[in-house]
Amino acid sequence: MNALLAPLRGGGVLPFLAIVAIFLAFPLPGDATSLGLSPVALGGLTASVVVAAALFLRRADALAIGLGLVASFAGAALLIDDLPDGPLPAGSPGMGQGFWFALVAVWLLAWTTVDRIAGLSPRHPVARRAADLAIPILFGVWLLILWEVLVRGLGVPSVLLPAPSAIGAKLAAETATLWADFRQTFLKSVLVGWALGCGSGFLVALLVDRVPFLKRGLLPVGNLVSALPIVGIAPIMVMWFGFDWPSKAAVVVIMTFFPMLVNTLAGLDAAGRMERDLMRTYAAGHGQELLKLRLPAAMPFVFNALKINSTLALIGAIVAEFFGTPIVGMGFRISTEVGRMAIDMVWAEIAVAALAGSLFYGAIGLVERLVTFWHPSMRR
Amino acid sequence: MRTEAIAPLRAAHRPHAVSRWVAESAVPVLAVVGAILVVWMVATYVLNVTVQRDALDRAGTPYTAGELFLATYTMERPILPSPHQVAQELWKTTVGTPITSKRSLVYHGWITLSSTLVGFGIGTLLGIGLAVLIVHSRTLDKSLMPWIVSSQTIPILAIAPMIVVVANALGVTGLLPKAFISTYLSFFPVAVGMVTGLRSPDRLHLDLMRTYTATSSQVFWKLRLPAAVPFLFTSMKVGIAASLVGAIVAELPTGAVAGLGARLLAGSYYGQTVQIWSALFAAALMAAVLVAIVGMLDRIVRQRMGIRS
Repeated sequence: MNALLAPLRGGGVLPFLAIVAIFLAFPLPGDATSLGLSPVALGGLTASVVVAAALFLRRADALAIGLGLVASFAGAALLIDDLPDGPLPAGSPGMGQGFWFALVAVWLLAWTTVDRIAGLSPRHPVARRAADLAIPILFGVWLLILWEVLVRGLGVPSVLLPAPSAIGAKLAAETATLWADFRQTFLKSVLVGWALGCGSGFLVALLVDRVPFLKRGLLPVGNLVSALPIVGIAPIMVMWFGFDWPSKAAVVVIMTFFPMLVNTLAGLDAAGRMERDLMRTYAAGHGQELLKLRLPAAMPFVFNALKINSTLALIGAIVAEFFGTPIVGMGFRISTEVGRMAIDMVWAEIAVAALAGSLFYGAIGLVERLVTFWHPSMRR
Repeated sequence: MRTEAIAPLRAAHRPHAVSRWVAESAVPVLAVVGAILVVWMVATYVLNVTVQRDALDRAGTPYTAGELFLATYTMERPILPSPHQVAQELWKTTVGTPITSKRSLVYHGWITLSSTLVGFGIGTLLGIGLAVLIVHSRTLDKSLMPWIVSSQTIPILAIAPMIVVVANALGVTGLLPKAFISTYLSFFPVAVGMVTGLRSPDRLHLDLMRTYTATSSQVFWKLRLPAAVPFLFTSMKVGIAASLVGAIVAELPTGAVAGLGARLLAGSYYGQTVQIWSALFAAALMAAVLVAIVGMLDRIVRQRMGIRS
């Protein structure tokens, strides 16, 4: 008995449960609606889940992980294929219990696989990076799979939450509209506002840095303003600058100005006492000290503000469009499509915004790596 | 020569802590605030003068430059209201009207505040819970953490209207949909701050706990959690400001009838600039007070725990 239970103690509970679940998924005699898989497909799925899970009970090598990946994804594909194409008929109970047991089995297997990959700590740096990248990607893919299966299997109305496949179809079908919105909101309002706001914040910080009195006064005010709900000025900016993109850019300028100011001021103080004294012994002027010592030392702070501002800018531009726009723009599209209950279009727009936001952030991060390569946080 | 003579004198007359505070922070801050007010007053005249001149010309009665100047500060629908108009409106709508009235900013402020606080409470608990899970599970750390971080590059505020509308379609109205958005915005800073905080104990202290054969729950309650408290409060300050923004934005697009966001929207529909500015200042004041309260709690807890800051 002890020998039998031994594998369970080393984290073997999940694969064990996966095996139990896959056998529970078998349709009971006389219950035809439970799981629509053909006997061959069900047999193959069961066999691969059992073999992969049994391997995991003993070891976690490349063979076990590969088999786990193949079995879990093949199982997920089979289950998604088994879902009805259209919406579930009204009053139907949804998928049978066999389906859900099979889903649980496949998901447990996938979780175990991810767990075992996380447990590997490859010596080779490339392999380690690949593992670190693969884990969140697998997690994200499984989130999408579960979302798809749960929404369609439970018959969740698409007004409430559309399935990822429906959002993907909308993305493909409405590319022209989405591109026009992206151009209006991101390429005009966000980029222009972000550049102006960050630029002016940086320049004002350089000026203020020369006057200690102003600095002592502006820092607390700037910190306070950074915490305020500045998006609220959007209606005022729309009144002042009209409906088109300049009013959105103005909101973005004001939202991004203060984080940049505060961070740059903090960064300009980051250079050490010793280094500054050294500059003084070289008889360096203010400009030389700024250019050769204090600005490079401030760069991590500046990039921090640039990154914070990239998200703030997107939020500001989209929210400002709720207060009035020409008939194009991401915020405009979101608020009108919500009114029409076309939630899949809203999600498509959000997907575009998320992608744009992440790429923007990633691009700034990339430039940061190039500029602040010397900083301890960049060392590996 | 002179500095040498003065130096001991300075040391003897070391200014008192209060007067030093006045000279080093109060005076500069007040000067900056004063400068902002002056700029505001000038801008009020510059922005309003053309509209006001047109209005006076149309009225037909002759006027002097002085009258024009004064009139720009008392317009009913100015392009930029003057500070005293905003202050008057704030006073009128908070103290001058009964709290139950639809015109009272206290009434609208309370509606926004309640969803902010509910959302912030849930968000903080969720953030702490997630952080505890992440610290104790390697798989969650590696799989969930990158997604939590990248979720912040997504302009999540954009989906605020959708959540509110969908919740209304489901029959859930009022506080909860707005609170949900506040929750989403406030859980992130707390989760990230707490993960850092729970990991902040020294290797040495963790090893000491191991020599005591402490269980992982003992390590958590006696070492990790106390070490994480300063991080928790710092991230709560960020979180509560974010929740207020979330609650206000959630009130914008749904034609909500009450709340500071609804006041902003109604003001922009009817061109009531003074109303917009006073709602904005009420929101700013609320944010400042909320952050200050969290900061005060922080100091009290630190003192009781005996942490020197």
